[in-house]
Amino acid sequence: PAEAAELRERLRAVRHTVLVLSGKGGVGKSTLSAALAHGLAADERRQIALLDIDICGPSIPKMMGLEGEQVHQSGSGWSPVYVEENLGVMSVGFLLSSPDDAVIWRGPKKNGLIKQFLRDVDWGEIDYLIVDTPPGTSDEHLSIVQYLSATHVDGAVIVTTPQEISLQDVRKEINFCHKVKLPIIGVVENMSGFVCPKCKKESQIFPPTTGGAEKMCQNLNVSLLGKVPLDPQIGRSCDRGQSFLSEAPESPATLSYRNIIQRIQEYCEQHHSQEERMI
Amino acid sequence: LPERSTNLLGVRHILLVLSGKGGVGKSTLSTELALALRHRGLRVGILDVDLCGPSIPRMLRVQDRAVHQCDSGWVPVFVGQDGAIALMSIGFLLERPDDAVVWRGPKKNALIKQFVTDVAWGDLDFLIVDTPPGTSDEHISTVEALRPYRLLGAILVTTPQ
Repeated sequence: PAEAAELRERLRAVRHTVLVLSGKGGVGKSTLSAALAHGLAADERRQIALLDIDICGPSIPKMMGLEGEQVHQSGSGWSPVYVEENLGVMSVGFLLSSPDDAVIWRGPKKNGLIKQFLRDVDWGEIDYLIVDTPPGTSDEHLSIVQYLSATHVDGAVIVTTPQEISLQDVRKEINFCHKVKLPIIGVVENMSGFVCPKCKKESQIFPPTTGGAEKMCQNLNVSLLGKVPLDPQIGRSCDRGQSFLSEAPESPATLSYRNIIQRIQEYCEQHHSQEERMI
Repeated sequence: LPERSTNLLGVRHILLVLSGKGGVGKSTLSTELALALRHRGLRVGILDVDLCGPSIPRMLRVQDRAVHQCDSGWVPVFVGQDGAIALMSIGFLLERPDDAVVWRGPKKNALIKQFVTDVAWGDLDFLIVDTPPGTSDEHISTVEALRPYRLLGAILVTTPQ
């Protein structure tokens, strides 16, 4: 209760919180989180925070071009690392002495760090807090939902790829959200087809043998926010720490991401104004 | 050191398939490796310790099977063309395939210990252990539980980026 009050106080100035989840690894959660952060931060009036709670495999520092950065302490707590003036980032990556250091921690220690990220980081006033998560439904996920109950969470964006092996894990994640009463903003299908830049033929690199995210969303009554095609430029931008949306503005994947970001934003603003009316 | 159970004494080599990263093809490689070794006439088993996202049962088309107990522990599910690859996965223990296994570390660790010591593998040339992404509870517990046995080594899987 004292702890919960502490967290509530720290997170009081956060307007919207979006969790990016998947049951499956390697489907593009961090890629989407980074794109979402950049996309939302394009409006300079907004203050955006990107929190990476993947303790074992933190991808966000590299994707945001912040490798090698360290966290500084001040009187008001830990300082996020700023990519832009209005976009701050926190990740265990910033606490490692070398990027190859393995964080071999059991659950309780991971939970402790996640709590610190929420309690000790001086985020300031934030319009959107985006939380990137590791794959699975375990300590990190239970803890973040528990700790964030101190603030209002708009919902979860669940990421998948088209194949059944991914959807299998994603259905579990959807059930996890239901179990912990986390609203689902919708599902994003990444790696959804590839258009050859030369001959323009479209190929399904990861064939949706059971109908892909579209069918799953129909069956489970959740929104499909969008499908993002494979584009080698995405991986390249991630490796180089650049914003894919800025580096490849003409890519069909950029168009998809922008639509998805728009829909997430609309969901958050709509539900927020609904709640305000209810009060 | 944990006590040696007899269930792993008939296993000649234990191979871990690891990656830090998710979605790079650990389960795919584990499955293909098992099938290829079996094709050469070797006796093979697969232990799937990915508790949150068990992929192996579906890859071998046995997602609807159940496991049974015998005197020496759990009987693995036999898969593959000649039904001779022994498989154990938490996937078999779920009542419904879409049920999320939402467990914290200690509960996961307890199940992994059971998986390692309480499956009646019989005599195997190779036991391939498929793991989830990361370097956390499942990995620590699996390596600890396997330490008394013939742990050959690890194969690491990645993608180019």
